[in-house]
Amino acid sequence: MNMAGVEAPSLRHSVANLKAPGFLWDRAASARFTDLDRGTSLGLGISLAGRLADLAGRSVLLATTCQLTTALALIELDAIARRLVILPPDVEAEHLGAVIAAAEVDAAVIDDGTAAALVLALPVRVGCAPSIVPMDEALPARVATEWLLMTSGTTGAPKLVVYDLSALTAAITAPSPADGAAIWGTFYDIRRYGGLQIFLRAVLGGACLVLSSAGEPVGDHLARLAQHGVTHLSGTPSQWRRALISPAIRGIAPRYVRLSGEIADQAILDGLRAAFPRATIGHAYASTEAGVAFDVNDGLAGFPAGYVGAIRDGVEMKVVDGSLRIRSSRTASRYAGGEPKLADADGFVDTGDIVERRGDRYYFAGRNGGIINIGGLKVHPEEIEAVINRHPQVRMSLVRRKQSPITGSIVVAEIVLKSDQQRTGARQIELKDDILKLCREALPRHKVPAAISFVPALNVAATGKLLRRQG
Amino acid sequence: MSVKLTIIEQMEQIAREHGKILAPLKEDLVLADCGLDSLGFAVLVARLEDSLGIDPFTAAEDAFFPVTLGEFVKVYEHGGR
Repeated sequence: MNMAGVEAPSLRHSVANLKAPGFLWDRAASARFTDLDRGTSLGLGISLAGRLADLAGRSVLLATTCQLTTALALIELDAIARRLVILPPDVEAEHLGAVIAAAEVDAAVIDDGTAAALVLALPVRVGCAPSIVPMDEALPARVATEWLLMTSGTTGAPKLVVYDLSALTAAITAPSPADGAAIWGTFYDIRRYGGLQIFLRAVLGGACLVLSSAGEPVGDHLARLAQHGVTHLSGTPSQWRRALISPAIRGIAPRYVRLSGEIADQAILDGLRAAFPRATIGHAYASTEAGVAFDVNDGLAGFPAGYVGAIRDGVEMKVVDGSLRIRSSRTASRYAGGEPKLADADGFVDTGDIVERRGDRYYFAGRNGGIINIGGLKVHPEEIEAVINRHPQVRMSLVRRKQSPITGSIVVAEIVLKSDQQRTGARQIELKDDILKLCREALPRHKVPAAISFVPALNVAATGKLLRRQG
Repeated sequence: MSVKLTIIEQMEQIAREHGKILAPLKEDLVLADCGLDSLGFAVLVARLEDSLGIDPFTAAEDAFFPVTLGEFVKVYEHGGR
């Protein structure tokens, strides 16, 4: 809570006041971020080295290739750079020019893996290495820093969403003493909203954080999480479903399991409950534009109907045409560049997530833009997946549109089974019939998949979300 | 199994699943009167693509759909060759 005229502490300042020895662990390196109190990791590692002062007041693109250096640069440059433009690793080269233009980028933090010509052509480039050395320069004058994040939509150019640190951290409550010893882990990349929340949570709470690494096999990542004794672990339902298939899941025993970024259906909540009988299992709802809206910790899918229409923790929700709208101090301020307004006239952000009320709870049905039209009847693939995922042999599923000469579209399902042996085994026809029977019992006729195929794996995007092909 | 048998078996299966009663499946049966509705046919075409490996209607350049069961079977027999 800020008094008038009193500024919230910068990240570097918050970190400096921590009593805990907060570590960041990457696959190849680690750093004690509390050392940034009197140290720096900028200007290290590569020949183009510059100084902290060179970045003061600039719009800085964080274009390092590993999460650890991004993390250190974020702590260092908050309240020093005018803008921190966080570049996720999967942004396509063709969109980079638009990002640089929209955010008025005039400097970059890079490492020796940074290769993009547009980044290397920026007037100021400062190297960042995953080590911290004593700093002899005074901190530049304090500025209000805008944090720019990219939306996680899978098609077209990403939109840049503008936040200030207080909105980004508004959902993070003061840690209880028990959290002091927390070892956080996340399947997310911290360069996207969901992962950034976990990073800020860990750093502000003085916890340690095990970072994921691009291309690291799930089993190896779980083994690292086990080695560091992870206590708090977060990911999307798709990432959790993949993790649950790995035998390495038995090596970890987190106290807190968190899901967000996709619909948490009852099957994955029950699956996590079975895997971690003593853990608190919560699913959170957040979006890059609307911020964190709420957490649900009762182990059930959906959320209590009473959340809509009420103001809870400063978050107000309403449902317009089936779509969830959110107004709170946690939402982004605006889009950068010439993008349309982020919120409506009353300050509500339309999330584009469709909810349906059943009894005393709301359930997420799917994305507004993801509707499949079957001869005039509308279907959300996610609601069908939720039914399929209930089958005891199913680990995860993807329902997609298939063109039909008769009804325009029809739905078909691709399914990953818990045991891969069953995929080609003698029981597969019986199993398909059994899954279809479950669908017929739970869904109207047009929502029952016309065909089912068993696949060894489904693709999960870098954002942690199930990759839904267009068309 | 012959193409014709596969088609008839699938039609019977879908009719059971959708709670429909099929007319006797003769060559000259008009498909519109066979008992399956448009969703039933959409499912049939999707499943036949699975079991026979072709969807002759989506692949075709001009939109056409056979009138009788006999013609429907012929389309698949041709496409299969």
